Amino acid sequence: MSLSIQNLTANIGDLPILKGITLEVPKGEVHAIMGKNGSGKSTLAKIMAGHPDYTVTGGDVLMDGRSLFEIAGPDERARAGLFLAFQYPMEIPGVTIANFIRAAIQSRLAEGEELEATDYYANLYAKMDALKIPRAFTSRSVNEGFSGGEKKRCEILQMAMLEPKYAVLDETDSGLDIDALKIVSEGVNALRSPDRGFLVITHYQRLLDYIVPDRVHVMVDGRIAMSGDKNLALELEARGYDWVTETAAEPALA
Amino acid sequence: MITAPESPAVIETNPFPHWFQREQAAALADYESTPAPTRRDEAWRFASLKALDLSAFVPAPEIASEGKLINASTGLGDFAARFVFGNNALVHHEAPALPEGVIVEPLDVAAYEHEALFRAYFMAQPVELGSHKYARLHKAMLTGGVLVHVPKNVEVALPIELFYWVEGENSSVFPHTLIVLGDNAKVTVIDHFKSADGARAFACGINDFHLGRGSQLTYAAVQDWSRDTLAFHLNSTLVGRDATATALLANFGGGYVRGESLSKLAHDGGRSVMLSMNLADGTREIDQHTLQDHAAKHASSDLLYQNVVDDAARTIFAGIIRVQEGESQTDAYQRVRNLLLTDDAIAVSMPGLEILNDDVRCTHGATSGGLDPDELFYMQARGISKKLAARLIVAGRFNSLVERIDNEALRDRLRAVIADRLGV
Ligand SMILES: Nc1ncnc2c1ncn2[C@@H]1O[C@H](COP(=O)(O)OP(=O)(O)OP(=O)(O)O)[C@@H](O)[C@H]1O
Ligand SMILES: [Mg+2]
Repeated sequence: MSLSIQNLTANIGDLPILKGITLEVPKGEVHAIMGKNGSGKSTLAKIMAGHPDYTVTGGDVLMDGRSLFEIAGPDERARAGLFLAFQYPMEIPGVTIANFIRAAIQSRLAEGEELEATDYYANLYAKMDALKIPRAFTSRSVNEGFSGGEKKRCEILQMAMLEPKYAVLDETDSGLDIDALKIVSEGVNALRSPDRGFLVITHYQRLLDYIVPDRVHVMVDGRIAMSGDKNLALELEARGYDWVTETAAEPALA
Repeated sequence: MITAPESPAVIETNPFPHWFQREQAAALADYESTPAPTRRDEAWRFASLKALDLSAFVPAPEIASEGKLINASTGLGDFAARFVFGNNALVHHEAPALPEGVIVEPLDVAAYEHEALFRAYFMAQPVELGSHKYARLHKAMLTGGVLVHVPKNVEVALPIELFYWVEGENSSVFPHTLIVLGDNAKVTVIDHFKSADGARAFACGINDFHLGRGSQLTYAAVQDWSRDTLAFHLNSTLVGRDATATALLANFGGGYVRGESLSKLAHDGGRSVMLSMNLADGTREIDQHTLQDHAAKHASSDLLYQNVVDDAARTIFAGIIRVQEGESQTDAYQRVRNLLLTDDAIAVSMPGLEILNDDVRCTHGATSGGLDPDELFYMQARGISKKLAARLIVAGRFNSLVERIDNEALRDRLRAVIADRLGV
């Protein structure tokens, strides 16, 4: 059981962005992706989630053996168990957090099955409390007027409520203050389980002190140039991306 | 359709005093001699004029399903008064929480018992935005409607809720809500316009508001006539010194719907907030004309219309901000947002300014666009289908308008109406 990305290539228009990505996140593991601005990290995340702007030109992504590309819409992929925490969460004026998450959960229920309101709110409040999101946020419009850090916390809240099989977190740590980073990391760690895999995109090694990854991958120009254990993040911090480009030609680290 | 008021049939059922019946007869003659709108009339340039054919409509019969309608006339949990009209006749009324001195009476009763008020305020504002012919017809045919009068310094804590039902094929109804506020009075009123059976009907309604000095009116109308109904809703608001009117007009039903809204800021410090949410789907046409008429200093008006156009429907918006000469330090805003959900959907927007003064701050503008694909993707990435996401976005736009209403019970009620209408 894994999220298995196999030699994935993708274009935007005629421009190749992903140039053959292979990596596998087994259930129960946390993998980190680091890489320069523009190297294709968000593109990978959005393609897996089903963003319509990209064209997959080759390769596959298998979620527990099932090709994501055989699951038509982004909504179906999400219901099948994939979650993407957005680097830039969208604002939805007039739709409250409570109603939005409720609609998302309701969408996962069988026809005619109704979400029980009191249970739902009890669950929502418990998770908001854990993420130190004030309860008053339930009646605020999704992301509208939220600070950068508040948006990221709400992404994690949505993940916690939707309980995905695999979660891709795209720079969820950016914009978080030190306390929030801890709270969000605890939120993610609380969800770590043998039944769930994480792909964590980040620029900062510090996050990986809190969410300790099983593997770290470095993306350069649409490819995974290097993979290693959690120490790779430290090494990267010390040596910078040029070191990766230079050594990428050599056989990868273990 | 028209039965002349002289004919015994009408005299018998006409509940108004004779002096008013004579005015009605004159109004009918005026209606008949007023030419029907043509394409050459600026106010009707884009309207589907063939929708205005009244020949099939008949006077509404007595309501058949009175009990059912009364039971269906539920909205607010707590209200100061509730009146229910079925085919122009008052079928139910209760007033559990009206403060001393507040009048909520059917217009025919008011014409006898509060004649001075009735004479002073009933249709006292001219209908200027194109539908004067239909205003005359309204007056001629009127039998129902309500007068709300809140005297000086009285505040009605709970909202007043009015239901206007129409029943039967080709029935004609003439709803009328007249609100008169004394100085520093405060009230919240909601009108519901509903079809009992989904049959095609003709509705020609008038809402007139008169706000005394320092008074505050919060008003909402939820128009949910049947899909084939020809509807006119003619609104005028006269804002007194330092008074504030907030009106939210929701158009969720009807076939061809003509809305005219005039806010006259005739006294210094007045404020009028004009909000509208319009859901045009199927082949519905919602044709709205507004005037923010500034004839005083330090007055402000703020108009925001949210149009959602689906299928092969159409919305038309023509709005004018008029600032009369010598009236300085005016703030006037006018904004129309059109959300087009299909390629066949059409939204025509014609904002306009007539400014005869330079010490004014006016902004106006109209924007049109489809759903934001990134917003849709974000919602889909949570497992929400594209269809539901679109409905949530529409409900969200409407709910953002509801936030501007200062009464919590009314906000809750409107949110529930929106959620129900959009199935979210
Ligand atoms: N819609 C688009 N049109 C043109 N180019 C695009 C589009 N989307 C992405 N790209 C390009 O694809 C490349 C990869 O972008 P992507 O957002 O995946 O980078 P990233 O690794 O997430 O960067 P960052 O660390 O800054 O978030 C960039 O060069 C970007 O400009
Ligand atoms: Mg990115």
